[in-house]
Amino acid sequence: MASNAAVPFWRAAGMTYITYSNVCANLVRNCLKEPYKSEAITREKVHFSVSKWVDGKPQKPIIRSDTPEE
Amino acid sequence: MFRHLTTRILSRPTTVTAARARPFSTDVAAAPAADEAFAEAWKKVIPNIDPPKTPLHFMTPRPSTPSSIPTKLTVNFVLPYASELSAKEVDMVIIPATTGQMGVLPGHVATIAELKPGVMSVHEGNDVTKYFVSSGFAFIHANSYADVIAVEAVPIDQIDPSQVQKGLADFTQKLSSASTDLEKAEAQIGVDVHSALNSALTG
Repeated sequence: MASNAAVPFWRAAGMTYITYSNVCANLVRNCLKEPYKSEAITREKVHFSVSKWVDGKPQKPIIRSDTPEE
Repeated sequence: MFRHLTTRILSRPTTVTAARARPFSTDVAAAPAADEAFAEAWKKVIPNIDPPKTPLHFMTPRPSTPSSIPTKLTVNFVLPYASELSAKEVDMVIIPATTGQMGVLPGHVATIAELKPGVMSVHEGNDVTKYFVSSGFAFIHANSYADVIAVEAVPIDQIDPSQVQKGLADFTQKLSSASTDLEKAEAQIGVDVHSALNSALTG
């Protein structure tokens, strides 16, 4: 079935809504005045590690982090 | 005698679900929390055990739509990290929906609106509070409650004009030099957001 509704340009380019929304939020945060900008950036820092499990054992984790590694 | 009663009890759920088969009509009254006739029939057969709870019992009924339009709109404006406005009674909010600036007054028809980057203004008496919203959704319910959820919302005076101009120039330049669809989409998003920020600062 061909698409009957007009899709937004970002979805036509293969982007999901979550990606679009996060990109918009990051652009807005980058345009803030100074104390608010640093607060917003520290608030949004993420650090997580993901590991796939195979045969009941975790494989090497992938770590994604905004904090500098020591 | 008992088989007759159990078939009557078993046939009851279908009639009840048929009555509930128009769930999205805004005219449906708040549903009762328990099926009275079922509870009575149960007690006749098994007086010592409480009747089992039906799924309807666990659902909180939809708040009823008041018959006359309320005088105030109750707004809940939430962000992922904070609750900006919580059950605040206001006269009007203007939200930046993708279809344009939408004014929401008490008694507004139930609507779900996707928001685009833009200015949301909350009008209470003579006070107007404006926020720049990055994107999100607004749910307006039939009983004059509005839930606005945004990923990022800042008061207009926290926006830095020089960075907005710089961003606008950067992304306009990227848009003209973009090659793949994805780059074009990202550059277009940048241009949209920065133009909205610009009009928020000047408007």
